[in-house]
Amino acid sequence: MAKHKTPLLDELEKGPWPSFVSDIKREAESRAKNEKGVEYQIPVDVCDDLLGVLELSYNDGETHWKHGGIVGVFGYGGGVIGRYCDQPEMFPGVAHFHTVRVNQPSGLYYSTDFLNKLCDLWEFRGSGLTNMHGSTGDIVWLGTTTPQLEEIFYELTHNLDTDLGGSGSNLRTPACCLGKSRCEFACIDAQDICHDFTNEFQDFLHRPAFPYKFKFKFDGCPNGCVASIARSDLSFIGLWKDNIRIDQKAVKAYIGGEIPPNGGAHAGRDWGKFDIQKEIIALCPTQCMWMEGDTLKINDKECNHCMHCINAMPRALRIGEDTGCAMLLGAKAPILDGAQMGTLVVPFIKCEAPYTEIKDLIEKLFEFWMEEGKNRERVGETMKRVGLYKILQVLEVEVDARVVQEPRTNPYIFWKEEEVTGGWDRKIEDYRSRHKM
Amino acid sequence: MAFISSGYDPKQPMKDRITDIGPKHYQEFLPPVLKNNYGKWLYHEILEPGVLMHKAESGDEVYTVRVGSPRLMGVQTIREICEIADKHCGGHVRWTTRNNVEFMVDSKDKVAPLKEDLLSRKHTGGSFKFPIGGTGAGMTNIIHTQGWVHCHTAASDASGTVKAVMDDMFEEFTQMRLPAQLRVSMACCVNMCGAVHCSDIGFVGYHRKPPIIDHKTLDNICEIPLAVSACPTAAIRPTKVDMPDGTKVNSVAIKNERCMFCGNCYTMCPALPLSDGQGGDGLIIMVGGKVSNRISNPKFSKVVVDFVPNEPPRWPTLVKKVRQIVEAYSKGAHKYERLGEWAERIGWERFFEVCDLEFTWHLIDDFRDPAYETWRQTTNFKF
Repeated sequence: MAKHKTPLLDELEKGPWPSFVSDIKREAESRAKNEKGVEYQIPVDVCDDLLGVLELSYNDGETHWKHGGIVGVFGYGGGVIGRYCDQPEMFPGVAHFHTVRVNQPSGLYYSTDFLNKLCDLWEFRGSGLTNMHGSTGDIVWLGTTTPQLEEIFYELTHNLDTDLGGSGSNLRTPACCLGKSRCEFACIDAQDICHDFTNEFQDFLHRPAFPYKFKFKFDGCPNGCVASIARSDLSFIGLWKDNIRIDQKAVKAYIGGEIPPNGGAHAGRDWGKFDIQKEIIALCPTQCMWMEGDTLKINDKECNHCMHCINAMPRALRIGEDTGCAMLLGAKAPILDGAQMGTLVVPFIKCEAPYTEIKDLIEKLFEFWMEEGKNRERVGETMKRVGLYKILQVLEVEVDARVVQEPRTNPYIFWKEEEVTGGWDRKIEDYRSRHKM
Repeated sequence: MAFISSGYDPKQPMKDRITDIGPKHYQEFLPPVLKNNYGKWLYHEILEPGVLMHKAESGDEVYTVRVGSPRLMGVQTIREICEIADKHCGGHVRWTTRNNVEFMVDSKDKVAPLKEDLLSRKHTGGSFKFPIGGTGAGMTNIIHTQGWVHCHTAASDASGTVKAVMDDMFEEFTQMRLPAQLRVSMACCVNMCGAVHCSDIGFVGYHRKPPIIDHKTLDNICEIPLAVSACPTAAIRPTKVDMPDGTKVNSVAIKNERCMFCGNCYTMCPALPLSDGQGGDGLIIMVGGKVSNRISNPKFSKVVVDFVPNEPPRWPTLVKKVRQIVEAYSKGAHKYERLGEWAERIGWERFFEVCDLEFTWHLIDDFRDPAYETWRQTTNFKF
């Protein structure tokens, strides 16, 4: 028997899509029955009370969660987010309902053994409810009480060999696509660099030293499956510099209709026979492809590696072999001054362990931003304030036409004194000797 | 409910303390077929909606069955996922960045029993636990934030709006009949924790009333200068207020007409709440964003519906508007064309017409620099 009546939420048990309401109810029932005899360390009816407070929100049209509070584990300034209900008398099970962020393994692969152990811990010391995964990438555990935090951390580090993720004005838990583990497009080992950087920059991940949050995300190719270009302060996108590898036999098989285009992604509708002219060559944004007889030609120098032809004919075309990544700075969601896309600061850099060259750039960036960034200013906003020019100088990278979409439309150039012949110091007497008052 | 210690001793917090060890190494979790072919993949095919085959240089194949999830899941469901993975997949499973779950097997004959098992499992309320789909030219899972389930700034619920839209769009998840992939995202306030600002379709909870000032508590729980400086439009200033009991307190004043309801002040100062269940809060719909560099550059989403009321539990107006947009896109776009590319090709003036959406005053950008970039400076428009 449910603790609270939830007629509105019950409506969300209907329909084919997996119901989160059914899922929470399932957890509530499991806790009430407690068939395994778990000595729950937070209230048994935490899930019932979550449903209760959510039903209240559905009635009121307003959230019933209070502004956070400072909670966490000793020595860390991130990884736990305080959360309290504003109706603790009605819903004591969720009066204290803190979030724990657990650092996810790169690529979000798990063994069932590890997952079951995570489940045991969270069922025992928390609500049993999770987000798989939070937007930043972490395994998110929803709801526990303050006395459990150190205990959870102890068990995570001692028994499960894993750590908390980031929250607050920290480096956030780095995230990546699945990279080379299962993708033929991966130009960089996204999982490896993500894991490496997570460990390298642990101190920034756990102890707030920044003006505001900072996110690294790693995309293996320009398809951007982890959306790094839109949502990471420093985005890494895999690229190749040399030629697309072509299997002409497979090209013919696509033309002949033996292989469906785009890996079969359009199979649900009759789009007509594959037409390489219309579907590949005409859609190429740089028009760098053409057919000579039944041979596909690419002028690779003009290719901007948009991925369309490779995506559309994955059996015929492969990324090149000289691979690395581009680095883009400053993406963020709209708060406060509007959304920003990552700006290209390094068009190409080799991306191989131990990633020393990239780490050097990051250290320069962090040092600058910690010094110059204002409170709650994302690095993209700092970049807008001080200018891309300044950022490139801080990074000490070569300037390149690739970093702009177009050159400036105003001639108000800030020349430096050392750039101008003869410097800025001039004598008025010399000037007057040529120009009388 | 006796307190059970893990071994942690609060009197000696540093004793045996292990910190900064990072996550488990991903290599420990890869299925053998992926581990053996790491970095040596040749190509992939989508055999049917939700089923992928990746071919390695060695000739090995891995078959992936992708299923949707509500993201919010209890450990009972995760244990069930483990049980399925143990039975079919040698004890390995993964999640996608869009909160789908992927079950992988190393031969084709293992796919049918896995699919059958997944589709046979339903919640007591009737919904699928593991619907198969989310691949190719279809809609994948809607990524979303916490909403009223867990967030203090949420202007709408996230899980509920997503459930309502996904129920209506279920066929687009299980099929691949759209012109291109359709990425839909939800954020429950304009903080956009999920960074949904570059999605084909995004719906975003938002507030429309300035903060209520809790003069009685403000000076006790907030740093007034922080609250003042948090406002991006300089709508907040410090002031002194005479309270009904005759006392004078330090507080803030807000120029309401300058407020664009971002909630940043509330984040800095809990005495400035702006939630409103009496007609203020609701959602906007944004469209046309993408993060892929494929064919055209990544794009931000644009606001095309300025307000949809919160209508729990099933948000019928939101569901209807999303369907209008998807249907018009599906009908009008070319093969491979993302929603934003289609809208740009036909022109935004035509977009509103074919989607049967009203263009209102609120859709003309009036916020700082980004605004100018969006006004038209040509006579190349359509009637």
